[in-house]
Amino acid sequence: MDTISLKDRTAIVGIGQTKFGKGFTQSEEALGCEAIKMALDDAGLKASEVNGLVSYMMQTAEEDEITGALGLGDLTYFTRTPSGGGGAAATVGQAAMAIATGQADVVVAWRSRKRSAAASRVWMQTQPRVVHLREMWTTPWGVLRPADHVAMLFRRYMHLYDATREHLANIATAFRAHANRNPAALMYDKPMTRDDYMNARLISDPLCLFDCCLETDAALAVVLVSAERAKDLKQKPAYIHAIAQGVTSGSTMMANFFVDDPLHSQANPCAESLWRQSDIKAKDIKVAQMYDAFSPEILMCLEAYGFCGKGEAAAFTENGNIQLGGKLPINTGGGGLSECYIHGFNMINEGVKQIRGTSTSQVDDADNCFVCASDLNPTGAFILRR
Amino acid sequence: MPVGPILPATDDPDSAGFWAATREGKFVVQKCGGCGELRFPPRPFCKYCQSNDFSWHPVSGRGRIWSFAIAHKPVYPALADFAPFPIVIVELEEKPTLRISGNVLAAPGAAINSVDPAKLRIGQPVHVTFQQVAEDVVLPQWLLTPPPGAA
Ligand SMILES: [Zn+2]
Repeated sequence: MDTISLKDRTAIVGIGQTKFGKGFTQSEEALGCEAIKMALDDAGLKASEVNGLVSYMMQTAEEDEITGALGLGDLTYFTRTPSGGGGAAATVGQAAMAIATGQADVVVAWRSRKRSAAASRVWMQTQPRVVHLREMWTTPWGVLRPADHVAMLFRRYMHLYDATREHLANIATAFRAHANRNPAALMYDKPMTRDDYMNARLISDPLCLFDCCLETDAALAVVLVSAERAKDLKQKPAYIHAIAQGVTSGSTMMANFFVDDPLHSQANPCAESLWRQSDIKAKDIKVAQMYDAFSPEILMCLEAYGFCGKGEAAAFTENGNIQLGGKLPINTGGGGLSECYIHGFNMINEGVKQIRGTSTSQVDDADNCFVCASDLNPTGAFILRR
Repeated sequence: MPVGPILPATDDPDSAGFWAATREGKFVVQKCGGCGELRFPPRPFCKYCQSNDFSWHPVSGRGRIWSFAIAHKPVYPALADFAPFPIVIVELEEKPTLRISGNVLAAPGAAINSVDPAKLRIGQPVHVTFQQVAEDVVLPQWLLTPPPGAA
């Protein structure tokens, strides 16, 4: 059977983002509508032209609320991707597939979340008795918070590969420096030194406060259309060159201790699929946006997607390599650690800004950009190009 | 607002046998009736041979620390008084890819913060002890195994 190639057939033509903040009074629905409207205005498209809608699970706003409130068109494609931060990049993939296969013409991918309130603490969602595999065999012993899961995996990584907290400091300070150039970032006016990092309070040793993402209230959205349509719109298109999803068999969200090798990244099958489809290879990538709910995820992604070899990611963060001006600038908006944390959707918008040449930490000649979701979940990734 | 400890359901059909065993002070894993492979945590099918036939197989209760972390505040409210406390993943002696979460205790029945975290190392031998936390819930917990010949 002939398969349909998605290569360069669709493009992101509009982006929108609300203010990033804490304690917002608007609903997730209202925030979502605001971001979607901004993305449509940015693209020069009418709300009534939208006939596809993609988001991910774990939010309160429903499709009917969004279409009704904003006056979107009748939908012919809608879906949600699973696994929290693992679902971000896959929304763009679902939108691209819907357009390339004729299911819809104008598709919005979006995310609205209010995470800054105490109600977002993981234990507020915990049931009195736990049944699911990843909860039953972790939470009764206090292995409970995502930070605990990542701390456990990173301690093992340190043991195997001589990584240290200094390497995590390379990541946290690089992203903070990017945020300090981005007026929209929550940490725009808060510089962080290496000493600040090393002296921060521990959350789950070996992880400290600055290894953990910012709980944020915000919404973001992007609009996709076909490559042909994109040429007639007002923004420089960010073409979807390749997209992929993947998860290793048996892997579970975050608390992935029960597979044969928990340090074999869940993102490996996604990476394999992505590079198989892409003419642009890891060595050609100019700038990357990688999901960073926790700093060690950058190490896992660098290795899973072949930007360096297994066990080499800690060294890769040295010498300013991942900072603007370095070999592979990562999270040029500040990332989840220092821009905002909306389950990784800000990586998508920042990737588009790099392709347009409008990032506040613009990489010279960024004719491509790699974007990925969490490698500690069922995940997705894509490559944007000019 | 939840207040008590987080407890496992002990009547889930896939894992009820495990919790029945811990109530009797035994550590068991599943043994596949099709191919004989051991598996843990409990699952309804065997990933090697797709059989759903199994028996509960007693294991030694010895293992090693696969990794650990020290949970600092803010933690789950019922555990706040114990923070910071160590949390561990233990790999079982019979098959190191079988792992379980736990806490290392200074002595049977001691608190989850009773061991100095500085004493913990990856690869360190541990052995099981049992801690009753609810009428129907007995959790496996871990004690550091002294090196051979130590007093
Ligand atoms: Zn079997």
